Amino acid sequence: MNVITNNQLKCTVALAALESVIDPEIGLNVVDLGLIYQLDFDEPQKKLFVSMTLTTQFCPMGESITAAVKRALENTFDGESVMLELTFDPPWNHNRISEEGKQFLSK
Amino acid sequence: MFAPGQSHTAVKNTAPELVLPFYFYAALSLLAGTILLFFSADSFTQSHLHPHVLAITHIMALGWGTMIILGASHQLVPVIIEKSLYSQKLAYTSFFLAATGIPLLVYAFYTFNMAAPAKWGGRLVLLAVICYVVNLSKTIFSSRQKNVHAWFILAASGWLLFTVSLGLALVYNFSFSFLPANSFKYLPLHAHAGIIGWFLLLIIGVGARLIPMFLISKYTNSTLLWFIFGLINAGLISFTIIFLFIPGTVGFLLPIFLILIAIILFAWFCYKSFKQRIRRQVDEQMKTSLLSVWMLLLPFIFLMSIVGWLFTDMMSSRMTLVYGFIIFFGWITAIIFGMTFKTMPFIVWNTIYGQKAGIGKTPNPKDLFSNTVFKYMLFIYLVGFVLFIVGAVLAQTVLLCIAAAILILAAVLYNFNVIKLLLHKPIAK
Repeated sequence: MNVITNNQLKCTVALAALESVIDPEIGLNVVDLGLIYQLDFDEPQKKLFVSMTLTTQFCPMGESITAAVKRALENTFDGESVMLELTFDPPWNHNRISEEGKQFLSK
Repeated sequence: MFAPGQSHTAVKNTAPELVLPFYFYAALSLLAGTILLFFSADSFTQSHLHPHVLAITHIMALGWGTMIILGASHQLVPVIIEKSLYSQKLAYTSFFLAATGIPLLVYAFYTFNMAAPAKWGGRLVLLAVICYVVNLSKTIFSSRQKNVHAWFILAASGWLLFTVSLGLALVYNFSFSFLPANSFKYLPLHAHAGIIGWFLLLIIGVGARLIPMFLISKYTNSTLLWFIFGLINAGLISFTIIFLFIPGTVGFLLPIFLILIAIILFAWFCYKSFKQRIRRQVDEQMKTSLLSVWMLLLPFIFLMSIVGWLFTDMMSSRMTLVYGFIIFFGWITAIIFGMTFKTMPFIVWNTIYGQKAGIGKTPNPKDLFSNTVFKYMLFIYLVGFVLFIVGAVLAQTVLLCIAAAILILAAVLYNFNVIKLLLHKPIAK
């Protein structure tokens, strides 16, 4: 679950907010699932760039998950515009799941 | 600083108003099928060519199995090949044509009226399938993603077209006798093109995508899936050739062998996906779907019994009845039971809560139906299923009636959960 960022402090806040976004099928949040690749903050432009993926390119819940991520970040960083990029390069794999996530899934 | 790479958008989902009527129609067909089963229990002690048996077979194959698969594939194909459905209008047209044609066809078989009801029923179903095949082909061929799953679906739709075309030809053959033999002689070809070509290919193609996805499995093996694809199609093509040109029981062992190998390999694929899953907890719906994979092996036991010469003619006909029952009420019904409550809650959830995700707490898709009712339904269904097989093998009408009544109860519980999902209102938490 490595997230690339240019602002560690704000990234921590963002990831805490994104823990409320749950993949409704799996029941695990997008952070522990390792769906978030990159969070960059452009302070002068008041922009937040998020690069993320889905567990599968065929995920029928993709639209609602990405919308929820965008909404959670907009609510946390009031006044900043959120730009979301969905990428499958590299594709998600199970190694991206956090230890907490692995524990949750192995229950 | 952030450097945008290759960006994607999530695939647009097919409108739920288009998909859900297929699910509802299928649920009602299951109920109608089990009711017909109860009132026609006696026909299951007779021949597999009994008009009531033919009517039940068609309501189960078309109204139940095909309608739900048509609905689900309109939803799943766009996400599998990452391309929106070519035409929603064609999908609606397909629904209305099939929804009108199927009852006509079932009525025609029940009363064995091969005149106008059967011909119109067959024509409408054929037109519905043509709309579906055109829609699917246009969608798949306009996509850059032509993975093994897409080819399974495409080939399955081709076999469906072959099956319904042959079916309509057989209806006409009752009136005009233009084929070399009478229509009943061609029933094995018609039935197996539908069962293997349509149902098996499609279920394997889609199941091989969905099962690892829901289990979050590390296992992938598209080479094995291509091999299975080749085996099934080779089996069906060889079956068609042998059936038409070199009839005889020994020859049929080749396609049976090829398809049996394909099923064993698919069961192996599912087993490996299951073993290498990250998500340890497997819900009831997934267990039901996996159970149906093993149920696939049951028809082969009966098929071998039919092919073999151990049985008398009457016994062989009864075994054919059991064989058909296991396929439609066993394998196909079990996988639909499992997959309905894996896919339909998401379609409903996406419609109601998709735009609300992230604003507040929303219920889980699996909370939109009753899992307790699902468990009771599954238990009741398995009891009814096993009792019916025993009743059919022993030709016991009373046992068949009891089993059919139990299956009606299972169908009522299935309908309860489907209607509960359809009528779900947003819950504000």
